[in-house]
Amino acid sequence: MSDIAGRTGWLKPGAGPDLAVGICVVLLGALCLWQASVIPTTPLYAQVGPKFVPYLVGGLVMVIGGGLTLSALRGGWSAEMEEVRDAPPTNWRALGLVGAGLLANLVLIDWLGFVIAATVQFVLVAAGFGSRRPGRDLLIGLAVTLGAFLAFDKLLGVNIGAGILEGIL
Amino acid sequence: MDVWSGLSLGFGNALTLTNMGWALLGCFLGTAIGVLPGIGPALTIALLLPITFQVSATGAFILFCGVFYGAMYGGSTTSILLNTPGESGSIITALEGAKMARHGRAGPALYTAAIGSFIAGTIGTLGISFLGPVVVDLALQLGPAEYFSLMILCFVTVSAVLGGSALRGLAALGLGLILGLIGIDLQTGQPRMTFGVTELLDGTDVVLVAVALFAVGEALFLAWRHHDAKQQVLEVGRLAMSKEDWKRSIGPWFRGAALGFPFGVMPAGGTEMPTMLSYYFERKLVRPKYRHEFGTTGAIEGVAGPEAANNAAAAGILVPMLTLGLPTSATAAIMLSAFQSYGIQPGPMLFTTQAELVWTLIASLYIANVMLVVLNLPLVGLWARILKIPTPQLYAGILVFATIGTYGISNSVVDLVILYTLGIIAMFMRRFDFPTAPVVIGMILGPMAENAMRQALTISQGDWTTFITRPVSVCILALAVIALLGPRLWGLFARRRGLVP
Repeated sequence: MSDIAGRTGWLKPGAGPDLAVGICVVLLGALCLWQASVIPTTPLYAQVGPKFVPYLVGGLVMVIGGGLTLSALRGGWSAEMEEVRDAPPTNWRALGLVGAGLLANLVLIDWLGFVIAATVQFVLVAAGFGSRRPGRDLLIGLAVTLGAFLAFDKLLGVNIGAGILEGIL
Repeated sequence: MDVWSGLSLGFGNALTLTNMGWALLGCFLGTAIGVLPGIGPALTIALLLPITFQVSATGAFILFCGVFYGAMYGGSTTSILLNTPGESGSIITALEGAKMARHGRAGPALYTAAIGSFIAGTIGTLGISFLGPVVVDLALQLGPAEYFSLMILCFVTVSAVLGGSALRGLAALGLGLILGLIGIDLQTGQPRMTFGVTELLDGTDVVLVAVALFAVGEALFLAWRHHDAKQQVLEVGRLAMSKEDWKRSIGPWFRGAALGFPFGVMPAGGTEMPTMLSYYFERKLVRPKYRHEFGTTGAIEGVAGPEAANNAAAAGILVPMLTLGLPTSATAAIMLSAFQSYGIQPGPMLFTTQAELVWTLIASLYIANVMLVVLNLPLVGLWARILKIPTPQLYAGILVFATIGTYGISNSVVDLVILYTLGIIAMFMRRFDFPTAPVVIGMILGPMAENAMRQALTISQGDWTTFITRPVSVCILALAVIALLGPRLWGLFARRRGLVP
């Protein structure tokens, strides 16, 4: 996006992503306004109804988003930041594996229970961050998730639901 | 209740075995998570929130405050030994501390950080004890209109004054306010912002939002930029300060504490600004003989001052939280939500209705400080070993706790979907330099502000001018406007006049 914009010259190089962010904030405000408009009118009498603050917040967020969009059109802010300028290229492998771990957990947790789902997640996330020993991670992951389960279930009294391993414990 | 009877009541309660146990557990846990990069007090306290269903309010808050103080101590260890700040308040410590460690002086750096934290933490806690009741007396005169104005000032300072850009801070605040609106409106019973999803009727859980911002978003961002590089943990060496080190540290300790506490108390909150200022002062005030050490071999003044400042600021943050119910940092906002889960209304009444809780908490802060300074130095070897946990397993582990904390709320996969969505948003927020603390503060404080606004308007019978005709309210609002526009107007003026290029 930024390349095209850079070539045509209506947007400074590197400001494209910032423009997208600005537009997203405007859309967030719009989303808030839309949800405010569908709040049912209250039969109760109130000086300030339930709609007022949502409208106000939505409007303000849209204005702020407009400001960010404008600042992107004027050259953006993030391309100049040291952290962005000197950043290594996107690590798709790491991002993919961590994402896969979260997704695996999401799919498995209702079915196999927390301990197994989170252990799978542990192995995938560790691999994403460069661990090359999945077998060892599996054992560590199992220990960590069991520890977390016992701490939350027994000490904090949180109900983590029933799973295959949880049933045995 | 005056300060002395309050403190004696507090110490009487805090010195019981159970409460000392909570304090010790909190200090230990807090130091550990302070040491670990990537996990801070806000996330930890959020994950511990379920404990509020299990133990008394006193025990839970002693634990939380132990974590909060402990993280400030632990953060310095990471800054010094790893050259990566463990906590945002320790960023400055890394400047001189890591240089000292590289030149074989990690021991004195850790030592001065611990003693400085102890002195500043104690001064800060004294500040809470004596300033708290004074602020409460003032606060009891305020009506809902003034409260609303105070909250607006708080919103402006936490989002627009600190950080890189007012617009980005306000956008983050807006996201928090929207999250806070989700759920059933308490006054009229109408569902708001639920998109028709039944799970959202209860509102978004603060645990979920904190975990998304501070664990999932952080992990995704690090994965995005991940490259295999081994970080080296520097050697601790001999843990002692020479007479010279002591002499050079005393001034910075007290100056740092004097600088940090007021910054913490003010609604601007945060520990970054006072640590930065303290570093700047110490650099200016250092004796010429040692000036060359700054930025080269590492000057002990540059560790002692900022470390004292961040602990005093941390103590200061508790003043508006306990006396006004105003959270000025993400951690304070999460603690505030813990009050709500006990059905305790935070605010100036806390000192009267919950006097025992408040004073026990304050007494525990003194005790926690002593525990931390005792715990920190002898156990520094243990903390250094915690630092050696490799990144892959560390982040995989953090995400396990993130999952259990979120799934435990209601065993619902919908919560996990919301968690990951917010986590992705948080990842982009990191990339585009949006602060995350305003999200949490907006989410917790937003509904309280709306409530105060509606109360004020009910009292004034719908007259909006109530906010600007009541003198205190209008003064606070004027301050908020100055805080928001002042810096920009000044910049414009300076440019016109050619003062700045």
